[in-house]
Amino acid sequence: MRPFLYQRASDSNMAVQALGAPAAANNPLTKATAQPLAGGTTLIDLMKLDVMRPATIVDINPLARAWSAIEPGSDGLRLGALAKMSDVAAHAEIQRSYPVIADSLKLAASAQLRNMATLGGNVMQRTRCNYFRDVSYENCNKRNPGSGCAAMDGVNRMHAVLGTSDQCIATYPGDFAQALIALDATVEITGKAGTRTMPFAQLHKAPGDTPEIETTLQPGELISAFSISGRWPRSVYLKARDRQSYEFALSSAAIALDVQDGTIRNARVALGGVATVPWRAREAEALLKGQKFDEALGQRVAEAAFADARGRRHNSFKIALGKRVVARALQQAVTMEI
Amino acid sequence: MSDKSSSRPSGFDRRAFMAGAAGSVLVPMTARAAAQDANAPLAQDPSLPVEVTLRVNGEDKHLSLDARTTVLDALREHLKLTGSKKGCDHGQCGACTVLIDDRRVVSCLTLAVAAEGQEITTIEGLATDDRLHPMQQAFIDNDAFQCGYCTPGQIMSAVACVKEGHAGNEADIREYMSGNICRCAAYPNIVAAVKQAAPEIMKG
Repeated sequence: MRPFLYQRASDSNMAVQALGAPAAANNPLTKATAQPLAGGTTLIDLMKLDVMRPATIVDINPLARAWSAIEPGSDGLRLGALAKMSDVAAHAEIQRSYPVIADSLKLAASAQLRNMATLGGNVMQRTRCNYFRDVSYENCNKRNPGSGCAAMDGVNRMHAVLGTSDQCIATYPGDFAQALIALDATVEITGKAGTRTMPFAQLHKAPGDTPEIETTLQPGELISAFSISGRWPRSVYLKARDRQSYEFALSSAAIALDVQDGTIRNARVALGGVATVPWRAREAEALLKGQKFDEALGQRVAEAAFADARGRRHNSFKIALGKRVVARALQQAVTMEI
Repeated sequence: MSDKSSSRPSGFDRRAFMAGAAGSVLVPMTARAAAQDANAPLAQDPSLPVEVTLRVNGEDKHLSLDARTTVLDALREHLKLTGSKKGCDHGQCGACTVLIDDRRVVSCLTLAVAAEGQEITTIEGLATDDRLHPMQQAFIDNDAFQCGYCTPGQIMSAVACVKEGHAGNEADIREYMSGNICRCAAYPNIVAAVKQAAPEIMKG
């Protein structure tokens, strides 16, 4: 690991000033020479691999007192960005009213990592693409812009089939972000000019021609909270993976439904493990609205969700697998007891 | 390297004490000094050691460390507490599991300088006097290891697993112990050990 200067943020103002200082605020954010430290489960790992090389680390854990509240209310939910994954997953009201959130967190990583990792850091985690993580490969457009992509014709079993470009097919690896995008979450961002909010769906950027730009966050900005309107007790997160536990998704689905008298009034479908960014399948949702669920409808929805998928040498199985995951998750959501 | 041990009465807040003392006492703490000067974030020299006080198994340990030092390396290389093991060094295997403020974490991805003011409990801190912790005894009783390399991490993780309330049945134990890899595959015996120790630990 390269040497760095460690700074402990005394408050959010100090944190955004240090992270946004002109000398540190290189664009894109992934290359900024000052990086925030929350749980450290991505940052320290990637620094050990020499993938991330910050000159300064700003420890934002002292902000947890203000930024880690779990606040379910009558009309929605607010989650502080420094809340730990394990605490949110174990929260009784989250399990009851937002099972898709609780399960997306519970099924991610290990108990140790969930105790460390924060919600904000979780959505900002970097891809697990082996060519990105192994600096002995020169050609990674995400790590070395313009150098090419070793995954295109390499071992790409774990790579994305949706949202790819001819520059990058790296999978967004997280789980929780799929729950957020399905529930139309809002993300609150704190920067030098104060606090702003935007739809969570606008946080991540598909790779396009600039895979090194992963989010719309700017240096000197921190995620401070997430909020969700309404309650979603009829929601599930289904995750298919190579092992029963402690593994990234091959394919996952976050489903949230509002069913009244057997008719689907509102439907949310998001996909994980198969796309370059947290993926909302709106065309699939449209097929569900106003309908009564049966197996045939589940199949049509699954087909629609993957209509634009493009497989490569080793990952085409994810298209067939992903459809089955969507169909099964829908079945679970429709039949679950709430 | 300075390495002084001291005990303190419970309830004494060292963090608050340092904050109060910083104005009147000249303390050579690079990280602290940097944190207090938001306008000069790049003015410090990252090659300088950082003064860190870690509270390990109930004792304060004063160390002068490279800021890159993880809790795991601080324990093993600086405090000679070699019970916590380095397996993958990337947070994937669980061999380095310790408790920080009673929560299990991987010490290989935790910076020592960021763990200041928190209670670190390692495998060396589990036993009381000559009596093994119930989880240690259960691992022996159930032959829950072969080579033993993952065992300190398994035991620390298992203690937390029980206290979290995630050891109620075998399925839960397997799920919530999945962050600790055993290359000898002693898993059935590890599950049996956790089951044996759980009631005694919950009893207190």
